[in-house]
Amino acid sequence: MNEMPSNPLALIAELTHRCPLHCVYCSNPLELQDRNTELSFEDWSRVFQEAAALGVLQADFTGGEPLTRPDILDLIRAARAVGLYVNLITSGLPLDESRLDALVQAGLDHFQLSFQGAREEIAQEISGTKAHSQKLRVLEWLKRHRLAVTLNFVIHRRNIEQLPEMLALAESSSASRVEFANVQYYGWAFANRDSLLPTREQLTQSIDFLKKAQERLAGKIKVEYVVPDYYAKYPKPCMGGWGRKLMLITPNGDALPCHAARIIPGLTFENVKNHSLREIWECSDAFQKFRGEAWMQEPCKTCDRRALDFGGCRCQAFLLASDAAATDPVCSLAPQRSKVDAILNEINFAEAGTAAPSTAPIPAQHLTKPAWLYRPNPS
Amino acid sequence: MSVDLDSRPRLAPGCRMNEKTQQPRTLLMPERALRLNGPSLEIVERCDGKHTVRQIVAELQQLYSKAEPTKVEQDILGYLALLQKERALDFEPAGT
Repeated sequence: MNEMPSNPLALIAELTHRCPLHCVYCSNPLELQDRNTELSFEDWSRVFQEAAALGVLQADFTGGEPLTRPDILDLIRAARAVGLYVNLITSGLPLDESRLDALVQAGLDHFQLSFQGAREEIAQEISGTKAHSQKLRVLEWLKRHRLAVTLNFVIHRRNIEQLPEMLALAESSSASRVEFANVQYYGWAFANRDSLLPTREQLTQSIDFLKKAQERLAGKIKVEYVVPDYYAKYPKPCMGGWGRKLMLITPNGDALPCHAARIIPGLTFENVKNHSLREIWECSDAFQKFRGEAWMQEPCKTCDRRALDFGGCRCQAFLLASDAAATDPVCSLAPQRSKVDAILNEINFAEAGTAAPSTAPIPAQHLTKPAWLYRPNPS
Repeated sequence: MSVDLDSRPRLAPGCRMNEKTQQPRTLLMPERALRLNGPSLEIVERCDGKHTVRQIVAELQQLYSKAEPTKVEQDILGYLALLQKERALDFEPAGT
């Protein structure tokens, strides 16, 4: 039988799927939820109370774009009132100076501003929106507030060369943290993967660069770096382990163990309108499904690392091996690792081909703008 | 990174303790939470921008009078350096 879970530490609140950006690697599911299905303020308010009672410490307000909720100030106040630490993860788009003042007044603890690149051109290509100059304005406004600021750069093949410019932008801001998170391949990013996955050479150079940056900026700016799973030797402990630390609530109130869990066949998700968070956390099938170790297959089952990475990511196992209970195929010990190697070989070989003798045809996708699949804005 | 004994540490923007009514006492910060108890709680409660590091050391040496004073000082300096690395502290320089 599964172990009794410890309490969750963070609640990821997807307040809405509406968003002015159309990023080609959006972490939202392919099937987006409409505005008319979104939880009301009263529902969210109760969810925050139940979360705090369950031992949750932090609430991550995300989306979509959380600032598209007209009641965002009330939501921040409600979460703060029950003692939660409030993070806002935003594009910075539906924002002006006075609204930022109001967010801080409402009790916002931590402002995370997402960036699609260091320059307007790439940011516009990736997000399908002109947003970069607004983000630069937001950075200036943030300097006037006593508030934790993180810049979140999402990294991939087409912007990884801009790391020095991105770091310079962070250093010229009031940020105390900067995250360089390589795209991970689920949902929209999975569909656009061939145009996003960096080459091995790009990745090696970026790691060298950021290691030096971490040392130089120690005590001033915390520099975080997330490499793409596909290049890792061992998988990440996804979400700190299934149903161990985090709970995600979708705009309509469904409770998920992670962003992508809906892709796994056979899982049903309870809704916060019908059950308390405690009931869902402790008893629901979806949260129980991959808790503990009973579900594991070999080599995870007897692996020394199983308490470190919990077998990796269940959604990635399903996407790459068609079996959500398999060892995450990005693991070098996984029986299905060859599938990941084949994907990497294709990317690295095709890129190498561009420097090959002129008889080797250059793949057309490397000369022209990729045929991106953009994330739409739900109604 | 070394800690100046005459500087005055205070919690960085976006870093705060949970409420006194909430147990266990915890230092909340971006993407992290540190559980505080005993000496770590005593230290963080004094990171208020008023106490110098030297004063914090002296007060904890009194509080933990059975412990070796140099060990107490070393532990405090180590803990403050750790919090600084996490970007949980700002240090007001000496003489300001």
